[in-house]
Amino acid sequence: MTYEHHEYDVLIIGAGGAGLRAAIEAKQRGLRVGIVTKSLLGKAHTVMAEGGMAAAMGNVYPEDNWMVHFRDTMRGGKYLNNYRMAELHAKESPTRVYELEQWGALFDRTKDGKILQRDFGGHRYARLAHVGDRTGLELIRTLQQKVVSMGTDVFMEHKVLKLVHDANGKVAGCVAYSRPTGEFVTFAAKAIILATGGAGKSWKFTSNSWEGTGDGHAMALWAGAKLIDMECIQFHPTGMVWPLSVRGLLVTEGVRGDGGVLRNSEGRRFMFDYVTPMFRAETAETEEEADKWYDDHSAGRRPPELLPRDEVARAINAEVKAGRGSPHGGVYLDIATRRTPEFIRRRLPSMYHQFMELAGVDITTEPMEIGPTCHYIMGGVQVVADDAATAVAGLFAAGEVAGGMHGANRLGGNSLSDLIVFGKRAGEGAADYIAAGEVAGDMDMSEVEAAVAEALAPFEREEGENPYDIQRDLQEMMQANVGIIRTQSELDYALEQLESFSERVRHIKVKGGRAYNPGWNLATDLPAMLTVCRAVAIGAGLRKESRGGHTREDFPAADAEYGKFNFAHSTNGGNWDSEIVTERSPLLEMPEELKALLEEAK
Amino acid sequence: MAEVTMRVWRGDASGGDFESYTVAQNEGEVVLDIIHRIQATEAPDLACRWNCKAGKCGSCAAEINGKPRLMCMTRMDQLPEGPVTVTPMKTFPIIRDLVTDVSFNFVQAEKVPALLPPPMPEGGYVMFQEDVQRGQEFRKCIECFMCQDVCHVIRDHEENKTNYAGPRFFIRYAELEMHPLDTNDRRDLVREAMGLGYCNITKCCTEVCPEHIKITDNAIIPLKERVVDAHYDPIAWLGRKIRRRTKRSADDAAVQPAP
Repeated sequence: MTYEHHEYDVLIIGAGGAGLRAAIEAKQRGLRVGIVTKSLLGKAHTVMAEGGMAAAMGNVYPEDNWMVHFRDTMRGGKYLNNYRMAELHAKESPTRVYELEQWGALFDRTKDGKILQRDFGGHRYARLAHVGDRTGLELIRTLQQKVVSMGTDVFMEHKVLKLVHDANGKVAGCVAYSRPTGEFVTFAAKAIILATGGAGKSWKFTSNSWEGTGDGHAMALWAGAKLIDMECIQFHPTGMVWPLSVRGLLVTEGVRGDGGVLRNSEGRRFMFDYVTPMFRAETAETEEEADKWYDDHSAGRRPPELLPRDEVARAINAEVKAGRGSPHGGVYLDIATRRTPEFIRRRLPSMYHQFMELAGVDITTEPMEIGPTCHYIMGGVQVVADDAATAVAGLFAAGEVAGGMHGANRLGGNSLSDLIVFGKRAGEGAADYIAAGEVAGDMDMSEVEAAVAEALAPFEREEGENPYDIQRDLQEMMQANVGIIRTQSELDYALEQLESFSERVRHIKVKGGRAYNPGWNLATDLPAMLTVCRAVAIGAGLRKESRGGHTREDFPAADAEYGKFNFAHSTNGGNWDSEIVTERSPLLEMPEELKALLEEAK
Repeated sequence: MAEVTMRVWRGDASGGDFESYTVAQNEGEVVLDIIHRIQATEAPDLACRWNCKAGKCGSCAAEINGKPRLMCMTRMDQLPEGPVTVTPMKTFPIIRDLVTDVSFNFVQAEKVPALLPPPMPEGGYVMFQEDVQRGQEFRKCIECFMCQDVCHVIRDHEENKTNYAGPRFFIRYAELEMHPLDTNDRRDLVREAMGLGYCNITKCCTEVCPEHIKITDNAIIPLKERVVDAHYDPIAWLGRKIRRRTKRSADDAAVQPAP
């Protein structure tokens, strides 16, 4: 077959914060850049980020600096992080944030006209640059407008099916289809940057949109790259729980940063009962002490509501299990009794709007009902910190699809800054790779033909299953067995179940034509979802300890031995149902001066 | 469990018609939930756009009972009893079912001359909350394009699309005009090529904005005033001619390298 064909120096898959920032960098290096996105430009999941982006600018607390930010990130990640990523991120995020202002971003200001910074869980100082509670929108719009002003080709509503190699195993391009027409398109590129975001759509209660199907994670694995830390999934403590139709929808951590507290059905601020030894020394012991901290961080220690997300999510889960939950199976998040209505509406306008319109709850007078929701995958493609290169020549990864930066648990606010720090580095990395001249040759068209045939197969079957049924069952199975609290028997069961899901995916039947057919689009997402779910379940079964976003009921404590390596997955064969092989990949050795920073903090 | 009947427009550029679906409706559900239920059961190929399902991305705009709304923010229990009609946005060409070709807007976006700030001083720009607040209102825009859909200048006159930017881009131009750092001048462009004069302030756009941006009062009217001042006031005209040495024209600005 012949296909619509395009050629670029750098092809970027994904148009969220990381992809757009990478595009700007590659364009500034004078390269021909194409961007492919599953949605319209400006709709990527970045737009959902609310609270802010973490950068140690020191505008509110001058004592803040990159060393404190580095230390907070490593502690939040339970030391499973790629230290070099955490270091670069802490050092470079302030510059990346200031740069956004040159491109038109309008952050909230301090009284003396600097970028205002807000408190968030796990950050010692108020560190999040923000715009009310719509910071992600500001980030994506700023980058989008910059990319458009530079004249970049954007292929909207195109879904990439598979990366394609040349004869020597380098990445040479990819094959995609246009959602509006259903026609296939091939892209040849000297370098490809994956910026495809997360994989949370495989869980029932999730803050992720339909796009979060782990396409980039899966395609990287199929192409020969490695995935690490896939068992580390962040369940954000505060998702909406009622009404059912919005269950999982995110409630920003900014509510707690701005004074909101968590209460159980007895009205108790239960987080004081869940302070773990690692955070004991820096956390307030009484409500009085905690309440002083909001205005002056030297007057008291941090409120326990602002512990890292994994700690708070586990505590909420335990309260509900103990029978002290709210009527719809969550707990209460209360800012109404703590701040004035004017303050709440000014600082948290989207939250006010969201609860008023969707739940009929006025958050300035009533508490919110909230519970954990699948939010973010710390695990991802193993990359070199400095240039975002993967194990496959010509393939780079940045943002949520890349692993290592956040270790076992991500701090709130570190995601948006991750996107711009490593988006830029991926753009540079790809440009340097091209400049070095050892780029790929022609695409192996047999790989293209195989991907096209597989994508079209669901149309040709006489009989078969509706892809929506498979997706729904998969989400329920993953929620029940690979959720926030895990145990060996359930993880083993999940792996068995995933085999039968694979069989079901081989028998999908799609109705209708190829032009804008969501059923077919979902059928082409399911193989990636299954690959990712298998890697998550395998990693979760092997990590026989609890650490960050991976909690084992049967191994409730952290085990120092498991703190020395990541589980790294690769495939035997490059298909979605190929066997996954897992090995222990030792953590990078940290230089003494950085180790000293962590020692000081203890 | 309650049931609801939905009349959904199905078809493509060559034509189409309404199809009725009767499906379950649960407490608290929004129109998008019902559309998803139809997809998951009776019509897996029913085309609709959506992403965040939280009123933040602006993907799922459609006309519900004839009025432009976000499907994810329209609660079923707030619609009148009886069948609910869902049709695609009228102003844009149909792709399929509820999905329209909104590329008009992306073409307009390419025409906007970029922000042109002075070099950044050490330690970042100093801007005060009062200065950024006006622009922040316009930057709340989620690009659902419902203001474009409802604007009669292009809703009823296809031929105007070539020389009219529409409310979404008037707030973008207003934002840049009021941006504390901008040194660009887009007033001639807005008056001539972007067709600001076509707007006769009927405020339809403001009424449908899901972000409650006061498009007409806070963006379009001030923009009209600035453009008129610049164009018809002879002193301002002279000043503009002189200032051109430092304040670049829109054409120059569009090709400025990144700062």
